[in-house]
Amino acid sequence: MIHLQHIERMFMVGEEEVHALRDVSMRAEAGEYIAIMGPSGSGKSSLLNILGLLDRPDSGSYELDGTLVSGLDEKQQAAIRMHKIGFVFQFFHLVPRLSAFENVALPLILSGVKPDERQTRVTAALASFGLGNRARHRPDQLSGGQRQRVAIARATIMQPSVILADEPTGNLDRSSGIEVAEILEELNRQGMTLIMVTHDPEMGKRSRRQILMVDGRIQ
Amino acid sequence: MLAQDFLRYTVKSVSSQRLRSFLTATGIAVGIGAVVLLTSLGEGLQHFVLAEFTQFGTNLISVNPGKVTTHGISGALISNVRPLTIEDAQTLKNIPQIIDTVSVLQGNAAIESSGRQRRTTIYGVDASAARVWRFEIAAGRFLPNDPPRAARSFVVLGSKVRQELFGSSQALGARVRIGGELFRVIGSMESKGQLLGFDLDDSVYIPTSKAMALFNRDSLMEINLLHTAGSSSTSVAEQVKKVLIARHGSEDFSITTQEKMLEVLGGVLGTLTFAVGAIGGISLLVGGVGILTIMSIAVNERTGEIGLLRAMGVERSQILALFLGEAVVLAAIGGLAGLVLGVGGSWLFSLLIPALPAHTSWSYAAAAELLAVVVGLIAGVLPARRAAGQHPVEALRAE
Repeated sequence: MIHLQHIERMFMVGEEEVHALRDVSMRAEAGEYIAIMGPSGSGKSSLLNILGLLDRPDSGSYELDGTLVSGLDEKQQAAIRMHKIGFVFQFFHLVPRLSAFENVALPLILSGVKPDERQTRVTAALASFGLGNRARHRPDQLSGGQRQRVAIARATIMQPSVILADEPTGNLDRSSGIEVAEILEELNRQGMTLIMVTHDPEMGKRSRRQILMVDGRIQ
Repeated sequence: MLAQDFLRYTVKSVSSQRLRSFLTATGIAVGIGAVVLLTSLGEGLQHFVLAEFTQFGTNLISVNPGKVTTHGISGALISNVRPLTIEDAQTLKNIPQIIDTVSVLQGNAAIESSGRQRRTTIYGVDASAARVWRFEIAAGRFLPNDPPRAARSFVVLGSKVRQELFGSSQALGARVRIGGELFRVIGSMESKGQLLGFDLDDSVYIPTSKAMALFNRDSLMEINLLHTAGSSSTSVAEQVKKVLIARHGSEDFSITTQEKMLEVLGGVLGTLTFAVGAIGGISLLVGGVGILTIMSIAVNERTGEIGLLRAMGVERSQILALFLGEAVVLAAIGGLAGLVLGVGGSWLFSLLIPALPAHTSWSYAAAAELLAVVVGLIAGVLPARRAAGQHPVEALRAE
């Protein structure tokens, strides 16, 4: 469960103040599938950054699964990111020198999971995303769709309660894009809350709820 | 994050940029190699010089006439110096810790035998000299233990003198003339080499009293004392001083313990070694700058990765540790390569110049490796801090 109340976020771009988020309030129940839409510069990404605890609002409160996370310190927020939130990016953000297996294992490595448990969990994850025979490949040996599937496997290996996807299909061809969307929707059906930023109306229509942002406000 | 995973992650980051890491580590390797090689040579020199000075034994004290003072008045102006005598030496022998004494008088004279002549250094010494100075006798024996004032006219030849005068023919028992006096050759010495430019083999040894007569002197140049290994040289020197003051009425002599001399010498050589090592340290500094440069580039290139790690819940301090770890791994690899270079170099050096053997001590090697790690740590701080200071949103946008 996500509950934002009166979130404000301002940036200084040079001399100019940019009001990225103006009095944004929203609720998302556990297991929801929401698309955040709107023109570029409307504050979609800023909202996603706040939801992902990558950025702090100037004011307002953020409650995640019953915890007031906007009041937590940096260390505690990092722990929340590690265990409760999975990120999927437009440009995948795979580590180029690591194999698909190692990329997926990264969150487990960082949280100190033992190697043999990692082995079973990552192998299972890769197999379920149809990447079983790609484990040893490095990102530059994979197609765009495969890369994004690796990235999704990595985002969900810690069993987060929320997946935040920023234009997950924006860098993919149509068929790979649909494939990736279907994977994300399947994860949503399994109970993970899915919040996706997109400006593709086709993708937006697939979600159960759309939030339209214009000029830093939810319409 | 488990320690072995941390190590694997940093090593993987370093090894993924093979050429770059190799070149950077080479910078450190050259630095460490230079430090190890130069300190090895310094250590070798120190060992070499100290060995030269201790070849006559270590528990030695020498007594010379005349007091070394800081007053700038020449001894010739107020000459109240009472010379050292054979009797002084005999008395000193009574001190319990003193094993033996040698009364020394040195001069130059011609020595001739069957038409061959050579000017050489003549040492007037006691029979005890062989023991006190650790002489090795090649043939015959050293001077006999005659009464000091009534010694027989025997001579022991240094190896070079023996070679020059007698060549391959028998020297033992032969009669030689030294400054016109007749002596009988009773023994010859093993070759001892040179010490500070003095050819120790180009000398002969005759009884002290004979030398005194030969050079027309009634006093000694020096008394050498050998004390027991267990006793402290300062306390023995103190007793010697007491005895001699009692005999002479005042302190008109100087006592030098070899321990003191070696201490001073060792100190000087140690400082030299350190200074030479510090010069090698300059190249290490350059290597450190190399690490700083390459880590700065790495942080720039991997901004996206930093953003990703932050998004996955890695804290600032862990980002700092990861990049510091990389710098240290680079430096440690370079350091190990440098150790190999330095040890190999000094081995080669001692092979080429056997007279000056390089000596690598393990403590120096360990210190050098530690130094490399410290250099890596220092060089890594700035880039790692920059990595840790990145805002995750900004960092993620970089790719």
